Amino acid sequence: MRELASPHPGSLEVTFHPQHRSATAFPSKEEERRYWLLLVTFIALGVLASYGLLMYNNPVPVDSPSFLPVVRRRMTALVAMLIAAVCQSLSTVTFQTITHNRLITPSLLGFEALYATIHTSTMFFFGVGTFISYSGVESFIFQVVMMVLLSLILYGWLLSGKYGNLQLMLLVGIIIGTGLRSVSSFMRRLLAPSEFDILQARLFASVNHSDASFFPLAIPIVCVAAFLLFARSKNLNVISLGKDIATSLGVNHQHSLLFTLTLVSLLMAVSTALVGPLTFYGFLVATLSYQATRTYDHRYLFPMALAIGFLMITGAYFLMYHVFSAQGVVSVIIELFGGIAFIMVVLRKGTL
Amino acid sequence: MMKAHDLVSMNQAKDAAGADHFRSQQHIRKLWTMPFVLAIVAVVALGVLSLLIGAYNVRGQPDGINMIFITRIPRTAALMLTGAAMSMSGLVMQLITQNRLVEPTTTGTIEWSGLGLLCVYLIFPAPSLALRMAGAILFSFTGTMIFFLLLRRVKLRSSLIVPIMGMMLGAVISAISTFIGLVFNMTQNIETWFVGSFAPVQIGRYEYLWLIVLIAVLIFLYADRLTLAGLGEDIATNLGVNYNRIVLLGTGLISFGVGVVAAVIGNLPFLGLIVPNIVSMYRGDDLRSNLPWVCLLGMGILTLCDIISRTIIKPFEVPVSLILGVMGSVVFIVILLKQRRLK
Repeated sequence: MRELASPHPGSLEVTFHPQHRSATAFPSKEEERRYWLLLVTFIALGVLASYGLLMYNNPVPVDSPSFLPVVRRRMTALVAMLIAAVCQSLSTVTFQTITHNRLITPSLLGFEALYATIHTSTMFFFGVGTFISYSGVESFIFQVVMMVLLSLILYGWLLSGKYGNLQLMLLVGIIIGTGLRSVSSFMRRLLAPSEFDILQARLFASVNHSDASFFPLAIPIVCVAAFLLFARSKNLNVISLGKDIATSLGVNHQHSLLFTLTLVSLLMAVSTALVGPLTFYGFLVATLSYQATRTYDHRYLFPMALAIGFLMITGAYFLMYHVFSAQGVVSVIIELFGGIAFIMVVLRKGTL
Repeated sequence: MMKAHDLVSMNQAKDAAGADHFRSQQHIRKLWTMPFVLAIVAVVALGVLSLLIGAYNVRGQPDGINMIFITRIPRTAALMLTGAAMSMSGLVMQLITQNRLVEPTTTGTIEWSGLGLLCVYLIFPAPSLALRMAGAILFSFTGTMIFFLLLRRVKLRSSLIVPIMGMMLGAVISAISTFIGLVFNMTQNIETWFVGSFAPVQIGRYEYLWLIVLIAVLIFLYADRLTLAGLGEDIATNLGVNYNRIVLLGTGLISFGVGVVAAVIGNLPFLGLIVPNIVSMYRGDDLRSNLPWVCLLGMGILTLCDIISRTIIKPFEVPVSLILGVMGSVVFIVILLKQRRLK
């Protein structure tokens, strides 16, 4: 399917040529070389952009003893970007593989609605005092656990059993998200204006608001989940062949599906709790990594997605801060481009 | 595509079985049956209740009777008209797309009309209601047409994917709206618009909603042809219907209804989805004999939700769209799960 869809007639020829046949993931040597070249370029650009974010317009030189305290705030934002990039890119690629659909993203499952509902109901039921004291590590753990728990209930309920159906689960997830949004905005209506202001600041999370005290917890979680996903690359390769083939190749489809979805929801929950909702960023990253990686092998897809994701978020922040000096609209712009890319892919693809 | 093959056949089988199930149920062609009369009585009772409920005590005060004419009657009329408009547009949309899970919220039509409103605010400094309405209608027509063309161009693996895609498209459009709003400092306009509420309805502010009567008449007149169009392009053409013209007309009617409601009231989620589904669960799929039922049920549900929204935190009120969103999502999920049992 990939070869047929590939717009590269040259690579097709090479693929069918007997001398160039190989058991590697790439159709040809050139493709492999192209992959590594792109990967190195993207990583280098990403590092450059993050260096720019740290150093640009910064009067303190790196070797000065006051360098670290001075750039601490920028460092926090950078680490948050890195975490968001890892979470969003890995989870979107994985999610698209297991759903066999390259048009949907895991943010459809209503994580941000749940996030808003948790915060709003804390304020609504327990008042300002609890709400303010309810921050820091425990609240982070609580949010992540709640989000993962809800998605597990959803998956377990709708994916297993006689009527298990992935798309039904997705749709129910979306609808639950809509319902939760209504509930939380209903509760917000009843809050006093001062309470509402405090809540509002929390709900519009962004890279710059992210709390560094979450990092000691978020980083290990993300690392473990990312490692597990990388370790499951081959399993994902088999799952991408479809349920029947995967089963006949000896993969417990249902079991792998549940496990992988749990990892996806864990990553999404961490990302949402840390930097707030992002809908089309993951989609954009995944789509571009498929373009850059001419293989289905997740061992190659994942690194590329990571590199592109990191470059995109750091590059966008750098450009918007220092070139266009348009702070605050970065995530909106990433979302906008992602959305436009989404429409273009739908129109070109011809299948839903 | 191969991977989805089992899904396709499964879903087709499911749809066919579901259709059989619905069709085998009783077919009442006669309109004025006992249940219908009872339903009318119930809706009228809800309307009277809606006239009597409010923060202002209309019976105790000397100007109470004026109050009834200034706000209560307009509000109740607006509720009835809007309920009918939204549920009918949902029904027509479901017929044209041959998909039960489609309605203005799940196709992005609402987001499009929001974008239209925003553009009108941008171009004209203080737009009149007619201008806002025109913008909303124009954009929702464009958006709905784009979605329908997309549906016709692409191959569908499953009927469930249609609302998912529609909602994602809606998210794209609202991302564009947010961007424009941010650039021109108008996010608050979008925010206040996006919750539909009947609170500001009073005499002089809702009269455009009466245009919905015109839409209703047109839908009744074209009911049979729209039903034929719902059978698909080939069958409809075979039966002597100009398919494209009917689809265009249907889309025009939907967008008109949604646009008017969007400009005057705001966003009302899920009404167009749950009402036609509930009706066809009991009555099958004949548009002409279902239409009165769909209108009635839409009016009834919306009025009930509005009464709840007015009484739940008396003497204040919550926007009705929040009540609808909560109730609608629960009913939607129940419908989805029920459909999967019918396999």
